[in-house]
Amino acid sequence: MYVAVKGGERAIENAHRLLAHKRRGDQSVAEVTLDQISEQLGLAVDRVMSEGSLYDRELAALAIKQARGDLIEAIFLVRAFRATLPRFGTSEPVDTGAMRVRRRVSATFKDIPGGQILGPTFDYTHRLLDPSLAEGFVPEAPAVAEASTAPTPRVTDILGRDGLIESSPEAEDGASVGDLTREPLNFPADRDLRLQNLARGDEGFLLAMGYSTQRGYGRNHPFVGEIRFGEVEVEFLAEDVGFAVPLGAIELTECQMVNQFKGSATEAPCFTRGYGLAFGQSERKTMSMALVDRALRARELGEEALAPAQDEEFVMSHSDNVQATGFVEHLKLPHYVDFQSELGLLRKLRQEFAEANAPDAMKEAAE
Amino acid sequence: MTQHNTQQAQRKAAMAVLAHAEAGEIAARLRDLALPAHQDLRAPENGLVMLRGRVGGDGAPFNLGEATVSRAAVRLASGEVGFGYTLGRDGEKARLIALCDALVQSRDFGGLVERSVIAPLREQLMVRRTRAAEETAATKVDFYTMVRGEG
Repeated sequence: MYVAVKGGERAIENAHRLLAHKRRGDQSVAEVTLDQISEQLGLAVDRVMSEGSLYDRELAALAIKQARGDLIEAIFLVRAFRATLPRFGTSEPVDTGAMRVRRRVSATFKDIPGGQILGPTFDYTHRLLDPSLAEGFVPEAPAVAEASTAPTPRVTDILGRDGLIESSPEAEDGASVGDLTREPLNFPADRDLRLQNLARGDEGFLLAMGYSTQRGYGRNHPFVGEIRFGEVEVEFLAEDVGFAVPLGAIELTECQMVNQFKGSATEAPCFTRGYGLAFGQSERKTMSMALVDRALRARELGEEALAPAQDEEFVMSHSDNVQATGFVEHLKLPHYVDFQSELGLLRKLRQEFAEANAPDAMKEAAE
Repeated sequence: MTQHNTQQAQRKAAMAVLAHAEAGEIAARLRDLALPAHQDLRAPENGLVMLRGRVGGDGAPFNLGEATVSRAAVRLASGEVGFGYTLGRDGEKARLIALCDALVQSRDFGGLVERSVIAPLREQLMVRRTRAAEETAATKVDFYTMVRGEG
């Protein structure tokens, strides 16, 4: 247990001063700007927005700068900031089918309407360090080709028409949408709450959980039906205006995982699905999220839930890196009172042990 | 379509353009116009909107995460009330959108603001989007499945 301590104010103040100095680094080196972070470390910004659960590139860039590049610390800062603003309301659900696609691939269907579009990707790079990037690198202008006006429907929608793949669950009439930021988490949790939890969950944790399903701990035989990244429009039904107001666009990544099929005496077999959605270009995150989302549907699909990734209480209680780091890192704060009582107990036990095990000769001599 | 619906569609279309522009771009276009007297009905205010997705892209809604949003309201001397909402924390941009929304509803200024502000910004937005679509199209790929030979 942590017990408040007094004192150390001067040392704390000086430590923060030193931190600020250290953060700035060698002052003969140019200071990094928020624009530079946002433009050149864009995927770090995307991660901080996703796990900070707040879409605002500038704030995420500031948080990364303030946290000296420690992304979990930056996520913590963003979460704390969001608590300072009032909530105007809730957006209309975004339509990822109408996304202005910048990247879109399917590992299951070679010929999809609208085509396979690689976009800006690390895939197929050789993962060799490039010394030319060290300084003064000017990239070639992007190649261009005639822009397609063909729609790019979600692959799962196309396959869904034949009944080969299960359809998405419809909202029940009048059902409210769960919100983890407003109500404490209870189990069992419905899929809306699970997806919200996973969307803000730690990428590393979800990656490991997703990986564990591939290695056999709750195997669900996944294929990437589709990954898409691009811009979607956001609308907000503002009561004062009286209609759904366009707010602008956000970048999103969506992953549709197509998994092992199931059927029953009354239902024809069809593929099942897992879903991932996150702010920015967050492919590893959404793929992991989709794997874990599918694993967490074990109960609903009548599967034996024996693996960690299928245990919603385990996954949802440990996915949040702000909660996790808070509890782990609090261990370094003063626990002197607690530790003193443990120490006292331990000394007493050791004394009893020494007395019980003392050689008889010594006991006699003592007597 | 009723007159009310037509005007609503116009306002929404204007907002869809303005939300994508920078505050400076909107201000620069408004600067050249002789604007009617107007006042802030609600000073710019920053807040959050919870963004929603759908399970599987097309199913039941769920809460994805929040976004910062700025909003404002402006009233023309002639009575029209305009609202401005935009992603981000730029209160001045929200105020400019609100002003444009009020002007769009005005009989005297609706045409002018469409011609001088909205249309050029829409054009600019379309150029940017086309450029992005062309760069994207150049990365379209055909994967071939290698058929195993018989011999």
